[in-house]
Amino acid sequence: MNLNATLLGQSITFAIFVWFCMKYIWPMLGTAMRERQEAIAAGLRASEEADQKLASAATNAESEMAAAKEEASAIIEQARSRANQMVEEAKDEARQEGQRIIDAAKAEIDQEMNRAKEALRADVAALVIAGAERVIEDNIDASKHEAMLTKLASEL
Amino acid sequence: MSSGTKTTADYIQHHLTNLTYGQLPDGSWGFAHSAEEAAQMGFWSINVDSMAWSIGLGLIFTFFFRRAAAHATAGVPGGLQNFVEMIVEFIDDTTQSIFHQKNDLIAPLAMTIFVWVFLMNLMDLVPVDWLPELAVLLGVSHMKVVPSTDPNITMAMALTVFALILYYSVKCKGAIGFLKELTLHPFPSLAAIPVNFVLEFVSLIAKPLSLGLRLFGNMYAGEMIFILIALMFGGGVAFFIFGGVLQWVWAVFHVLVITLQAFIFAVLTIVYLAQAHETEEH
Repeated sequence: MNLNATLLGQSITFAIFVWFCMKYIWPMLGTAMRERQEAIAAGLRASEEADQKLASAATNAESEMAAAKEEASAIIEQARSRANQMVEEAKDEARQEGQRIIDAAKAEIDQEMNRAKEALRADVAALVIAGAERVIEDNIDASKHEAMLTKLASEL
Repeated sequence: MSSGTKTTADYIQHHLTNLTYGQLPDGSWGFAHSAEEAAQMGFWSINVDSMAWSIGLGLIFTFFFRRAAAHATAGVPGGLQNFVEMIVEFIDDTTQSIFHQKNDLIAPLAMTIFVWVFLMNLMDLVPVDWLPELAVLLGVSHMKVVPSTDPNITMAMALTVFALILYYSVKCKGAIGFLKELTLHPFPSLAAIPVNFVLEFVSLIAKPLSLGLRLFGNMYAGEMIFILIALMFGGGVAFFIFGGVLQWVWAVFHVLVITLQAFIFAVLTIVYLAQAHETEEH
């Protein structure tokens, strides 16, 4: 083991390798690693934000769902009352229509009755006279008894 | 154990000798044939095997890490990028926990040291005879495959770090500030300057020495034990089995050692450079 010019050779070699490493190896790796670190940090931040957004979206969805349910039940309520109202209206109308039909029928009956009465009244004199003629076997002068017949007819 | 009539001492010696290129005793340039010849070459010779393995391993490091860096994406990383990023993050965390000033050199420096030293140490886990014997077959006389068992390699890195320590000390504290730190600590009085200087100077010099020699010592000792264990394989069936078990145990233990030594070298570098950057009085 003797010291010789290997000392110088190795020193120069050493300096060259260190220079090469400093110039062409370390910076690229350092940059790549730093960039990846930043990318990962950004990714984690983004995922955290997404988490928060998701949570707020869930809350939003819940409240909107509740609002929608409320609205739906309001609409249903409204529809039910409207339906009730319509039914009531329909019932009223039907009742009125029924009443009208009944009234009309009654009026017609009255009319018919009056007409029948009129006819009866018109016929009664003749009938009475015919009846009386049968009873008395004789003609009755209708004009003689007109006052009495009219009175009778009006009593019918 | 290598073939032929080599003695145990020759075998160990062979494993501990670098392939050294330099001026031979006869004046011509060539590879040393023995450790003595290599020593006689003086400073202007070079350990070709240490340099080749260290550069080769450094190229493996830069190749794979550069590949990962060139294809680095902020999206989902592939297997290689993932692995490289793991190391980058580990070094980055370590650096940031020790070094608080702004300096773009420190982390890449620490990563280069960590990975490169780890790879150099890793060569220790290759069975000790494989590559040297292969080299002999190919006509290369010596081949030390673990660069970090060569003090030239470890001290060169430590001294480079030391140069950075001096550079940043002067840059951040100023020449006067650095001198003050060397002379007015730990006893802030004029009379204590010589004592302070000796204390501070020794602690300053101890930094590169401890850095380089710790790695060298650990790896050299580990390698030596692998060589000694390998000697057992030539001593009969019982020794062969015992040696096999020992080698396995030592290799498992060594996985920890090589990683730890690479980490210690990187961390101490960060610590020393952080101290060099510290400007406030303490």
